[in-house]
Amino acid sequence: MINKIVQSVADALAGVKDGSTVLIGGFGSVGQPDVLIEGLIEQGAKDLTIVLNNAGSGRIGVAKLMDQGQVRKIVCSFPRSKDPVVFETLYREGKIELELVPQGTLAERIRAAGAGIPAFYTATAAGTLLARGKESREFDGKTYVMERALKADVALVEAWEADRWGNLVYRGSGGNFNPIMAMAAELTIAQAQHIRELGELHPHMIGTPGVYVNRVVQVDRGGDWLKPEQN
Amino acid sequence: MPFNRDQMAARLADDVPEGWCVNLGIGMPTMVANHVPPTREVIFQSENGVIGMGPAPKEGQEDPWLINAGKQLITLAKGASFVGHADSFAMIRGGHIDLCVLGGFEVAENGDLANWATSENDTAPAVGGAMDLAAGAKRLWVIMEHTTKDGRPKIVERCGYPLTGLACVNRVYTNLAVLDVVEGKGFVVRDLAPGVTLEEVQAKTGATLHTQ
Repeated sequence: MINKIVQSVADALAGVKDGSTVLIGGFGSVGQPDVLIEGLIEQGAKDLTIVLNNAGSGRIGVAKLMDQGQVRKIVCSFPRSKDPVVFETLYREGKIELELVPQGTLAERIRAAGAGIPAFYTATAAGTLLARGKESREFDGKTYVMERALKADVALVEAWEADRWGNLVYRGSGGNFNPIMAMAAELTIAQAQHIRELGELHPHMIGTPGVYVNRVVQVDRGGDWLKPEQN
Repeated sequence: MPFNRDQMAARLADDVPEGWCVNLGIGMPTMVANHVPPTREVIFQSENGVIGMGPAPKEGQEDPWLINAGKQLITLAKGASFVGHADSFAMIRGGHIDLCVLGGFEVAENGDLANWATSENDTAPAVGGAMDLAAGAKRLWVIMEHTTKDGRPKIVERCGYPLTGLACVNRVYTNLAVLDVVEGKGFVVRDLAPGVTLEEVQAKTGATLHTQ
């Protein structure tokens, strides 16, 4: 019997090594696996490279992970979110490395990694500072920049529903980076509000087939729980 | 009288025809949606994977799982759909967005746009989806004040700030004028704010303005 459901957040994060590259799903707080991030703080892995859209806000979640000194480098498109106090302080003091990537290029680099494509060309950023040092090439008279796939050791994702095969269903705009991140890591860990019986999730509704998922932990806040807006 | 911010958004919204799929950047561009009448069907795309945004939710109807690119709570229009980030940017990069509206620091007469960093050593630069939208949308209109707060022109011959995209802007809506960017020619005045003269706009512009 395939059963990817683990009983605790600690079990879900067991074995995450120092120096790992960790993909973290979500756009702002929507679809962001907040409980797994807290679990990673507890777990204590250091020297991490984290890949996500925003660099955290306030002193919770991803910001706390950085504040604890667990993050060596962040790869993101928009570090200047609401109240990015921790990131800005660390960045100014030279204590964190930033790789700024246009949002669509970030998504495609992750997708490419999951799809077995080592590199691709995009017109995004051609002729700008963010194309510096990268190979570029002309196709049909237009300049494109070569971008490399972005593989990771670990992906942390959030879903609304999951089953024991690791099939995931997303809610609202909570899909965002989660489906591609789930594809692009050696170890994909999902938190889900609801665990359903195998066969209960409609095949058309499944946003991530369980093949991409290694572990699922239920984060049950009771009822139709909805997250407070964080950033 | 120069346009205020709401009037700028309304002026731009007047030019958006029924049937277009439109991506609005964060900040002033978001206000454009408020000025497209519900009777005119325009599909608003948000790069976090929402295709078919409706108006802001009424109190008590907020769904925290539904946000736009500016991380504001939204509603869905009838006919809306969700995709993930890779598909959302495939839509953008693949040329399926009829119009993107962005804010700007500078627009040059060759259509270059600078809107993400003010120097090469910016403290925590942030680009978001602007470069993807500039490279991929069928049309790019910029909405911004005509000058900086201290009166320097934002409409210039060549951008001084780091570029977001090259030769990508088609039109600029400011508090003083609507300018087309015409290849090989530069800025062509399409419209002036009520009571504003061409001479006045030219004096506040760092590039030559052409008339149609």
